[in-house]
Amino acid sequence: MSVLMDADRIGRTLTRIAHEILERNRGVDELALVGIRTRGVPFAKRLARAIRDINGHEVPTGSLDITLYRDDLMRHAVGPQPVIRRTEIPFSIDDRRILLVDDVLYTGRTIRAALDALIDFGRPKAIQLVVLVDRGHRELPIKADYVGKNVPTSLSQSVQVHLTETDGRDEVEIRES
Amino acid sequence: MKKDLLSISDLTREDIYLILDTAEAMREVGERPIKKVPTLRGKTIVNLFYEPSTRTRTSFEIAEKRLSADTLNIAVATSSVLKGETLVDTALNIEAMAPDMIVLRHASSGAGHLLSRICKSRIINAGDGMHEHPTQALLDAFTIREHKKRLDGLKVAIVGDLLHSRVLRSNALLLTTLGADVWVSGPATLVPIGIERLGVRATTSVDVAIDGADVVMMLRIQHERMQGAFFPSVREYFQTFGMTRERLARAKADVIIMHPGPMNRGVEIASDVADGPYSVILEQVANGVAVRMAVLYLLAGEPEEALN
Repeated sequence: MSVLMDADRIGRTLTRIAHEILERNRGVDELALVGIRTRGVPFAKRLARAIRDINGHEVPTGSLDITLYRDDLMRHAVGPQPVIRRTEIPFSIDDRRILLVDDVLYTGRTIRAALDALIDFGRPKAIQLVVLVDRGHRELPIKADYVGKNVPTSLSQSVQVHLTETDGRDEVEIRES
Repeated sequence: MKKDLLSISDLTREDIYLILDTAEAMREVGERPIKKVPTLRGKTIVNLFYEPSTRTRTSFEIAEKRLSADTLNIAVATSSVLKGETLVDTALNIEAMAPDMIVLRHASSGAGHLLSRICKSRIINAGDGMHEHPTQALLDAFTIREHKKRLDGLKVAIVGDLLHSRVLRSNALLLTTLGADVWVSGPATLVPIGIERLGVRATTSVDVAIDGADVVMMLRIQHERMQGAFFPSVREYFQTFGMTRERLARAKADVIIMHPGPMNRGVEIASDVADGPYSVILEQVANGVAVRMAVLYLLAGEPEEALN
């Protein structure tokens, strides 16, 4: 097991991504953040705070649970169904630029499910993808717009993101599984 | 969770909380502009109803459609049952067409258990005779939890026709499992012997039952299941057991009134109580869809393949 990012590094990465988002999107009014459960949610909230610290603007933030859209739900008759948590998008996504936020980008299947889920809420002007770590091994044609850190990995490794809100500390680690 | 949902006793305390928590998430789907998720795409669900039902059948069908399952309804009035086909034969024929789930409503207690033994499809009991109606108890618990934020330690009074009520049996099992203090009351002729074994306290005084209650649940007088004279007249029943505003004053100030429907106004419940501020009867109906979505999803039970 080795540490890829410590708390300090995660903090600076977040600020950098916030600046990139503002650089790419003129007109903050149209922006909204949607975090994918679990760890995309605190990550999205931190980005909202970082953007506020830069220009004083409050970007609305929601959370998305993609379980009902997973493509592997009904594949085998073993084990219990994954737990579903609440989706909370307390604003209309119509004609907004949605920043979809997740911790790790891997196969791309979660993002595919999230795109389908989002579209059921309306018709955004654009959807951009923000991830803290891109570990490669895509199985679908999906690419992130903002990446905290690109990490080459092998399939036998796993990348774990820990955030204070969910895990009590800020750290990204990689381990052999 | 087990293969089928036939009785509340099939569920552990953890299963019950999982269903209620999942229902919270499912309810949000019903608030979206597009009230549909692809979760049960490709699953076939047969709603096999041997008894009349508006609420339960509609509720299951909406829940199934919101999860994108393919659903079909078999109402006995238009089926081969009228030509003398037995339940087992009907079930085997439906089973031959390989549905994934069968939602069964039947006038005989234990009908679901019978199908469970002969069918590979998952069976959901939508009411079997005088035995159980588990999804009703789950949606009742969901509604209570929403108002009271908890279930343990609540005083729940269930009043009315206890003898014929499957809603009572499922609710008593569920509420006592979750630690509620359940009181039941009804005319002595409609209190089954040994009802204490459900973990409830029985009294023929409705005033004792509802004294300080957090929740009052009224049960329907089931004329269709009554062959004997259980009480002298509807008028007398209403005077002794009917829920009126005056009587309700004995319960807690924030009491909620529930009824599984269909209501007999002026028999077990006064109209001004049914339509009054304490009534959550229509919320129960609304919550039924979310709870049934949760049950369908969890019973469709499958994999844990990581999708990172």
